[in-house]
Amino acid sequence: MSTTNTVIADCNSSSSSKVRVATVWLSGCAGCHMSFLDQDERIVDLAKRIQVVYSPLVDVKEFPEDVEVTLIEGSVANEEQLEVLKDVRAKSRVLISLGDCAVTGNVTALRNSWENSDKEVLERAYKSSEDLQAAVPNMVPKLLIRAKPLHEVVKVDFYIPGCPPSADLINYVLTELLAGKTPNMEGKAKYG
Amino acid sequence: MAENSMITLKIDGVQVSVLEGTTILKAAKDNGILIPTLCDLEGLTPYGGCRLCLVEVTGSPKLFPACTTPANSGMEVTTNSERLKSYRKMTIQLLMAERVHMCAVCVANDHCELQALANQLGVNHVVLERHFTREPIDSSHDFLVIDRNRCILCLRCVRVCDKIEGVHTLDLKNRSKDTEVIMDLDESWGNSCSCTGCRKCAKVCPVGAIYIEGEAITQTKHRDVAEFITARRNNR
Repeated sequence: MSTTNTVIADCNSSSSSKVRVATVWLSGCAGCHMSFLDQDERIVDLAKRIQVVYSPLVDVKEFPEDVEVTLIEGSVANEEQLEVLKDVRAKSRVLISLGDCAVTGNVTALRNSWENSDKEVLERAYKSSEDLQAAVPNMVPKLLIRAKPLHEVVKVDFYIPGCPPSADLINYVLTELLAGKTPNMEGKAKYG
Repeated sequence: MAENSMITLKIDGVQVSVLEGTTILKAAKDNGILIPTLCDLEGLTPYGGCRLCLVEVTGSPKLFPACTTPANSGMEVTTNSERLKSYRKMTIQLLMAERVHMCAVCVANDHCELQALANQLGVNHVVLERHFTREPIDSSHDFLVIDRNRCILCLRCVRVCDKIEGVHTLDLKNRSKDTEVIMDLDESWGNSCSCTGCRKCAKVCPVGAIYIEGEAITQTKHRDVAEFITARRNNR
């Protein structure tokens, strides 16, 4: 961790470049991104020091190389997300699980109690609860049998639980990382 | 009388005097040292089930549950070493991994002792792969509901039903991870002929496993009910 933080500090101190930050939206409700925006006027200060190079909030299609900090919202629930997550991990120095879905699976993982949940939830959503033209769509990525928290698939550096995570905590973590420090999460994070 | 004699021991380096027979947990609490607990509840028989209150006693390689271990004269107790902290974090993670503990969709969100301890102890993720149980929710009773997927088997409900209400409607079946709280001889709650509907089980449940239909959780939870009733009985 200390090496990653040094990298960020180095990057931050050089006047020419801003710290490259990305946010990713997997299986979640976008509430964590709302919390990110809830940093309100503090975003203006952040914007002076970071560059958002990839995010549902900006129009970039491909996840770029050499991202310093990536915040990921949502669990890994389908095969596409599985690939995206591995790709993002490979291209990010610091990866942060943002919010309960990324940290625990949360609502998206409730289906895990069913043995064939990948099939059963689709049947339930598109067939048994529909009267007209009931059919499971076949052009969407295949669901994984279990929705998983990020750290069950890749290495995660920091966890910000919460549904949604508090804007203050997101701001604290980003500010600390930008200052080249390791955020101390003890007693700060809150599930649910 | 022997029961009334005072003994002295050291807790976290502080010399304390307590009545003989006092548990380590009580001795610590009376002297301002808080040891995390989940199954312990004032007014109920100590059970020693959750293992969060484990403490170190100098001279023994074993760890002792503070809630069931009597304080002894000359004992040196450590309540918050790095080892104990890491064990407590792991205990919370084991509890969270064993059944479905998703705070955001739980009736007890923000009023849950497991959630509060996880936050307090800095358990910001669970390293173990979670086990997802699928127990049907029993809402057959007029107003009491049990969701066994959220149960941490602290047995507060079983003990309060037995000791305070004096009914013993609630008990356990099966063993290990399959252990379940049952009513009477495994009846549905609505069919239980012994349940008096006193609600004490819902009041003391540390999580959202037992709750009252249509009632706000803040109104339901009165975790001091056992202490209150026991104190009144003793005064009488």
